[in-house]
Parts: sequence; structure tokens; C-alpha cells
Amino acid sequence: MVRTYFLLLWTWTRAAAAYPASFALMTLLGFVTAGIDVAVILIVFANTTTLAGFSREEVLFLYGAASLSFTICDTFVSNIDRISQHIKAGTLDTFLIRPVGAWIQLTADRFNANRVGRIIQSALVLGYAIAALDLDWRRAWMIPVMVVTGVVIFAALWTFGGAMQFVLTDAPEVANAFTYGTQQLSQYPFSIYARDLVKGVTYVLPLAFINWQPGLYALSRDDPFGTPEFMRFLGPAAALVLALLAALAWRQGIRHYRSTGS
Amino acid sequence: MHNSMLSQRHPCAGTDTACHRVLTPWRCKTIPLYALLVRYGFRKHATYVGAALAGAFTNSVFGILRAYILIALWQARPGLAGYDVADAVTFCFITQAFIGPMQLFGGGLGIPERIRSGDIALDLVRPASLQLWTLAEDLGRGAYLFLVRGIPPMLIGAALFGIVFPTGPGRWLTFLAGFAIALVISFGWRYLVALSVCWLLDDRGVAVLSMVLTTFFSGMMLPLHIFPGWLGDLAKALPWAAMVQLPTDLYLGKAPVLDTLAFQAFWAVVLLGLGTLGTRAIRHKVVIQGG
Repeated sequence: MVRTYFLLLWTWTRAAAAYPASFALMTLLGFVTAGIDVAVILIVFANTTTLAGFSREEVLFLYGAASLSFTICDTFVSNIDRISQHIKAGTLDTFLIRPVGAWIQLTADRFNANRVGRIIQSALVLGYAIAALDLDWRRAWMIPVMVVTGVVIFAALWTFGGAMQFVLTDAPEVANAFTYGTQQLSQYPFSIYARDLVKGVTYVLPLAFINWQPGLYALSRDDPFGTPEFMRFLGPAAALVLALLAALAWRQGIRHYRSTGS
Repeated sequence: MHNSMLSQRHPCAGTDTACHRVLTPWRCKTIPLYALLVRYGFRKHATYVGAALAGAFTNSVFGILRAYILIALWQARPGLAGYDVADAVTFCFITQAFIGPMQLFGGGLGIPERIRSGDIALDLVRPASLQLWTLAEDLGRGAYLFLVRGIPPMLIGAALFGIVFPTGPGRWLTFLAGFAIALVISFGWRYLVALSVCWLLDDRGVAVLSMVLTTFFSGMMLPLHIFPGWLGDLAKALPWAAMVQLPTDLYLGKAPVLDTLAFQAFWAVVLLGLGTLGTRAIRHKVVIQGG
């Protein structure tokens, strides 16, 4: 299954490499586009030294960690967004009769290797923040754990979004509100948000476990909302539950899919 | 049968109609044509209500998330850039409301596809200006999206955070004037980006570049007043400032009315002028390959 996935990625990459200039330009522009969010953070901190109790480097750390998870999923999973076009055009049928899972094929569909530029950008910001902050090295193990947790949560969100398209064929943008919205949400310390919103994204949708809860541990900070210490370590469990629910939703979507007949 | 259909079509359709005798031919034929195109642009997009409402939903979600950033910043720096917290929140939701009508992320024009497919040749031989034709359709689109994608984020912002509304009809009018010019500027810029496909063949690179410039320098991400030093001065002089920052300042009553409208009009004229030159240039460049 994994081999098939990488074979599909390689096929699409070879197709894109047929236009090398365009490929290089898009990689560069992806890097620049991703830089806008960092520019916004830097401009905010040109006007203030702390934002809701967090310094510039701490915000860049939270941004870098969430952004790394997000861009990895944006590269390897987000192609599933295109399912709404496939459902409308009736081309989803061909995915279903091939001897590989539809999820694998759709996440590799028209894979865009030039998005790697964005992953590099996020990794650089995270690297800078880690170097600039005086982190407790005994807590550094949490950083890779939170990135992987974030990848699983974002992948689950994209899968939910894909499953939603079976019902909301005409409104792919609604799914974007969840995936890209979560990226926007997790770029900043949750202390800027209202208490009820943070409760919602902690206990209903476990988005706080992408970078906020584990990030507090890595930064050796107390939660301004006063959640107990053990919450910092619940990320992997929360991600797993969300992934299972997403898998169920995806199965339901595929089972209830009715072809357009064209 | 044939005659009755003709007479039903349009009062100006024939040379011998009442309309033709009373009005000059220019007023009779040109103005109704573009007015009709504005209406068609409006109706074309009115078909996709679901997509527009989904867009309004997404814009509102982002508006809420961005509002918290601005609230946190203005709590740390009260009165920054002459805004109070309510002004900053209002700024955030207005800019979200502009995304649809001004197509701040780019696109909205069918020209790149038509250049690639060659249909542009057909558009260029029509007895009407390609630029004005496209502008008319785009204004119709903008008007529709202003209603369906612009108003919901404002209402949600008002319900959740409370936003400022212009006091008195005078300020509403100046805001609407500024907004209308901003729509033309947004069109002028996107039209130039669309025409560039004629030389570059692939529009994705320019599209991304345009999106970066527009979102960053229009004030959509953060008010341009808080950009530090020379970056702020530069951003305020560029055409994108006239798209989002200035109409929003007119709404909030934070900008001198006449200077602002004059600055906007300047960029509208410059961009439309460049568009006219560009249209002339592609007219010479286009090669019709035959059937």
C-alpha cells in the first residue's frame, strides 16, 4: 500500500518535471506564499513585545510546529480536496474499480512536489525558534511528537473534509474552513482566543493538541486557562481517536457514494 | 413571425426605431449594452448561491480567527494607528467581506482560459471593447458577491464582537464611492494579470505572485498603518492600498475624503490605461490558427 502510494507520487512528480521552469518557479513562490504568515507575525511584533503573554520567539515556535505538520499534510494529503471535482465529473468511479484503496489514490492525485518549498520554510522557522529560545533539553522529545501528532490530526481533518464532499458536493470551500482554518487557529498562542472557543477546540475537536498543549510543555509554560498538567501528554491519544472517527466517516462516504452514471 | 420577434427584442435593435430617432446612436447602443452586461454578470453568479454562501462561511470563520489576533494586539497597544479595539475588529470583518467582491485571492475573469483555448480571438473582433466588456461583467459579479459574500461576515462580526457602523448617510455614501472605485482598481489589476497569459502562456506563476502582492499590500492581513517604517510608506503608495485599506478607512471615518477618493481615482485611471495599452498589444499579437 505504501509502495503504491510512493509509486503514484513518483508518477505525478515525473509529469510535473516535464516543465522544469514552471516547477522551479512554483517551488519558489510556495516558499514566498508561506512567508506571508511569518511576515504578519513579525509586523505584529514590530508593534508590541508580547502578544497575550507570549514573546515573538515563542509565537514563532508555535507557528513553526503547527505549520510543519500542516505543510506536510498539505503536500501529501490535501489532494483529497479534489474529490468534489471527481464526484461531479463522475471520474471517481475509476478510482473505485482499481485494486488500490480510494484514499491512497486520492491523496496522491496530481501530487505537487513543489509544495516541498513550504515544508522547508516551516522547518526553517521552527529551527530558528528552537535555536533562539532557551528550551529545556529534557523536554525537547516533545517537539517531534507534537509534529507527528499534528500531521495525524490535519490528515484526519482533510479526510473528514473529503468525506463531507459526498454530502456537500457543491461547497468544497466549507471543508477549507476546517483545514485552512485550523492552520490559522494554531499559528498563534491559544491565550488570544476566548475561553469558550478554546474549550471547544480542546474537548470537542482536539485541535489544541496540534501545538498548543504539547507546546506549553516544550516551552515549560503553564496554561493561562489552567488545564491540568497531564493534558500536555494527551495529544497522541486524541489524534488517534480523531483519525479513527475520520476513517469511519470516509468509509460511510464511500459506501453511500452514488455515481452520476455518466 | 420574424418581424414580431425583432420588434420584441430591443427598442434599439433596428435603425428605424423610435429610440434611434430620439437619442444619439452612441447613447442608444453603448450604454444599454454595458448595463446589460453588468446585469448578466450579476445573474451569472447568482446561479451559484451555494458556492457563494460557502465562501461567506469560510470568510466569516477566518474573520473570527483574525479578529482575536487584532484584539490581542490592540489590548497590548490601545489606540495603535488611531484605531480603538472596535475599529480594529471592524477593519478585520470588512476586509473579509471584500475578499469575494474584489477577488483578493485572484481570478474571477475568464480571460486566461479564453487565451489558452483561442476563444480570445472571437472576443477581440466583437464590436465592443474587450476591456469595458469584461469590466461590466466583473462589476455585476462584484455587486452580487458584495451582497452574498460581503454582508454575512459583517453580520457575524457584529453579532459576536460588535462592530462600528458609519454615522450618517454622508459617510455611507463616501464609503460606497470608495468601494466602487476599489472594485474598478481590483478589476484593473486582475485584467493586467489575465492579459499577461498572452506572453507567459502559463498563468499560475503570475497568479500566485499577484495573490501574494494583493493580500499583503492591500491591508487584508493587517492594517497598513502598523507596517513599520519604509515598508508602511511603500505599502500606502501602491495601488493595492486603494483596494482595501482606503475604502475601509473611509468606512471608519479615518481618512480625508477628497484626498482618498482622488488617490483611488488616480490608480483606477492608471490601471485602466495600462489595460487599454495591453488590449491593443494583444490585438497585434493574437494569431488565429484557423479551424
